[in-house]
Amino acid sequence: MTAQDIHDKLKAAFGDAVQEAKLDAMQPWIRIAPNRTAEVCAWLHDQPEMKLDYLMCLSGMDYNNGKLGVVYHLSSIEHKHKIVLKTECPKDDPHVLTVSGVWGTANWHEREAYDMYGIIFDGHPDLRRLLMPDDWDGHPLRKDYKVQEFYHGMKVPY
Amino acid sequence: MALLHQRFENDNVFVVPFDKFLNWARLSSIWQMQFGLACCAIEMMAASASNFDIMRFGVIPRATPRQVDVMFVAGTVTIKMASRIKRLYDQMPEPRYVISMGSCANCGGPYWEHGYHVLKGVDRVIPVDVYVPGCPPRPEALLEGIIKLQDKIRKDSYLRKPAK
Repeated sequence: MTAQDIHDKLKAAFGDAVQEAKLDAMQPWIRIAPNRTAEVCAWLHDQPEMKLDYLMCLSGMDYNNGKLGVVYHLSSIEHKHKIVLKTECPKDDPHVLTVSGVWGTANWHEREAYDMYGIIFDGHPDLRRLLMPDDWDGHPLRKDYKVQEFYHGMKVPY
Repeated sequence: MALLHQRFENDNVFVVPFDKFLNWARLSSIWQMQFGLACCAIEMMAASASNFDIMRFGVIPRATPRQVDVMFVAGTVTIKMASRIKRLYDQMPEPRYVISMGSCANCGGPYWEHGYHVLKGVDRVIPVDVYVPGCPPRPEALLEGIIKLQDKIRKDSYLRKPAK
């Protein structure tokens, strides 16, 4: 199935949850609403003609314009088609619905995105930091991140 | 010892300062804490393998801090790992030594500016005896670090009262 077909079917099923798309890109992407990710992804995963059963990557983004984002690279092992989903949320109130119930892989990916960008995945079963210590201040991959001076008595900057 | 090997007709008595004898014994069997942190650990493993044969210096890897004399901090010390390294160091029996191996353990290495997760030098948490530069250092460099540490142990005087 081409990216155009996936986009059209998604648009027909979810309407305004599909916000924007760029389908002539090398990796065609579709932007969806952050509060609809769970149902859109579940639908893409379960539909027999889509069957996007493989979450290749889930990335966090800081667009440096007051918005954070999440990018999902999806692939179907059976149909051999791929699509990229994107979603955006405001930096001062970053909430995205979790997709960890759709792909088990997303559990740790979302924990990493939460750790590095502070994106809160609503409905996640265990949203703790993955890489940094639990009591770390701030989210290191945000563009406006400033590292803390001390951590447990150890000086952090050079 | 090789200088004296099978050179005498009868048993002999040697008179040496006991400190020197003690230090000779200690520097000839520096047991090593068996752990590595990053790519430097690969060079440390190469130094342990037959080409470089670290065991000819009496360096034997031990899997517990209770039995070791020296800790090679071989690799990037993350801030999360720093507290574990401190704990391992505290568990080692005295006298204990630390060789900091590679740029990361010396000063943060390539992570010195933007590495929010890297401790900028393991000497911020534990005292270091020998710094081995390199990224990563070749096994020969580590061997030289061990020789430098042996020189340091040779000069120790444990039996003498501390100066007032």
